[in-house]
Amino acid sequence: MQLLTGNDLKTGAVIWWTGRGWSLHVEDAADVGDQGEAILAAEDGARRVNGGYIITAEDSASGPRPSHIKDRIRALGPTVRPDLTLKPADPAAGDWVI
Amino acid sequence: MYKYDQYDQAMVDARVEEFRDQTRRRIAGEMNDDQFKPLRLKNGLYLQLHAYMLRVAIPYGTLNSRQLRKLAEIARKYDRGYGHFTTRQNLQYHWIKLEEAPDILAELATVEMHAIQTSGESIRNISADQYAGAAADEICDPRPWAELLRQATTFHPEFSYLPRKFKIAVISSKEDRAALRWHDCALRIVRNEAGEEGFEVYAGGGMGRTPFIAYKIRDFCPASHIFSYIQAILRVWNLHARRDNIHKQRMKILVHDLGEEEFRRQVEEEFQNFLTLGTDFPQAEYDRIAAYFTPPPFETGLSEDIDRSDSAFALWVDQQVIAHKAPGYAIANISLKPIGGIGGDVTAEQMEVVADLAERYSFDDVRVTHAQNLVLPHVRKADLYAVWQALDEAGLADANLDLVTDVIACPGLDYCTLANARSIPVAQKIQQRFADMDRQLDLGELKIKISGCINACGHHHAGHIGILGVDRKGTENYQLLLGGSGAEDTTQAKITGPGFDEDGVVDAVERAVERYRELRDPGERFLDTYRRVGFDAFKEAIYG
Repeated sequence: MQLLTGNDLKTGAVIWWTGRGWSLHVEDAADVGDQGEAILAAEDGARRVNGGYIITAEDSASGPRPSHIKDRIRALGPTVRPDLTLKPADPAAGDWVI
Repeated sequence: MYKYDQYDQAMVDARVEEFRDQTRRRIAGEMNDDQFKPLRLKNGLYLQLHAYMLRVAIPYGTLNSRQLRKLAEIARKYDRGYGHFTTRQNLQYHWIKLEEAPDILAELATVEMHAIQTSGESIRNISADQYAGAAADEICDPRPWAELLRQATTFHPEFSYLPRKFKIAVISSKEDRAALRWHDCALRIVRNEAGEEGFEVYAGGGMGRTPFIAYKIRDFCPASHIFSYIQAILRVWNLHARRDNIHKQRMKILVHDLGEEEFRRQVEEEFQNFLTLGTDFPQAEYDRIAAYFTPPPFETGLSEDIDRSDSAFALWVDQQVIAHKAPGYAIANISLKPIGGIGGDVTAEQMEVVADLAERYSFDDVRVTHAQNLVLPHVRKADLYAVWQALDEAGLADANLDLVTDVIACPGLDYCTLANARSIPVAQKIQQRFADMDRQLDLGELKIKISGCINACGHHHAGHIGILGVDRKGTENYQLLLGGSGAEDTTQAKITGPGFDEDGVVDAVERAVERYRELRDPGERFLDTYRRVGFDAFKEAIYG
């Protein structure tokens, strides 16, 4: 599957395209098929995303899992600071990255 | 330390307001990212994996307590309660919001700080010996020269659009604590036979994907003409650099392509031109700047004794405390490398502890080292125990300076958009493997440096043991290097062979270390043994 990601222009937070807008959570990401470039152009123009790009991901029971480790780290947060990730209460969250 | 005059303050304040307007225009859609990116980079603002990152300049690694407290306040108010000291003696915040960046710069300006030229194709933060003004082995304090060069090159139109970044370091001792020859241009203050101060000048060094060690381009440049000489170096590079190829834009590539002799010839020719222009620093200007670096009022008649009855304190003294030029004083290194921690990271609370100690015990002076540690440069020996107790309470009393657990590591793939692999977890696993203090002391000086990509922010080329993270088909892989040095015996580390996974590279490090223990002669460091017995003996141990 193809996902759109980037950073929020104002805050820099990692965001994922849901089909209707942007979410902080990769679990909400939608498969954009071959529409990625068109959506990015519109969203970049509307200043809702900065540095957007298309990634590949695999679908799983827990939602999309980006193919590349860099995007999995972006989706969760720094593996060396679990307290600063999006899942600070889940001690096993880092396993999903590796 | 240097104090801003009205011109410095006016320039920095104006720059803040300029960036505030640029940021407003970007958020309002009056600029796209292609237009805005070079502007934010000129103010040290990057976009990294999880947020914007702001790199704050700490000229020659010198801070006072007021500045350090402001850095702590910013960490707490605008970031997530911590900062990260870098291998360029700067500080990075990793969780910055674009809409708040101008406010942060405004706060920094209130304590005479900024983020100008901490990124982009400019002359970056000029680094220096972290013990400047305190070291027993220095000829003079090198920081007045670093400050003069900082002022002369900041906003200089010829140096604002350089082909690529340009790094300068200044020291004044034989021992090199600033990785001198890994810089584009490096200056070592020396005295000639007539007793006049001048500079040994080195050019063409740098790490990154194509590492080169700087060569000595001039044995002696009179101090009065050093700015002409540096301008000449920059002019030759600016004229001939490969601006068409991002991988060949650094000056080291030009020096390599032209050859040392031809590069020197062209620089000397330009130098003669510059001498006619009268652009060197007038003596009065040097004197004005040097006055800010007048040694603090050291007390005399102090005791040299240190009560070593507390064994943990005695260990810390042995490992962290360095000889000072003034009798009765010492240089106290503060480790930012706790076992299993994140090297270079400091919480806001820890910054405030160090600021308090600097104010109370070190003439309000703190230094940042390129090895991502801190220094209290002027501590009375009689006060060392109190300093140690406060550091211990704050979790800052590790005694591992230059030992195997004093690992330099870049932020790596946990934070950096350029990285191919994580650096910090590897550093942590090495620390945990070698955590036993007796083992660390037995191994002695052993500098491990880890970079998460070929840009080499973790100085892996200069590690006695270097580790380079690479991306191998989407998974992290680590190459092991041996034999590097960033000291006065500068050498470039050599790749041992095929890479390892994260656990594998830690095992490989241990095999190399154990081979050292087998082969070492009495008193030899890891690097000495490696140089004596050669690469193959270690490679055989690593790969079998």
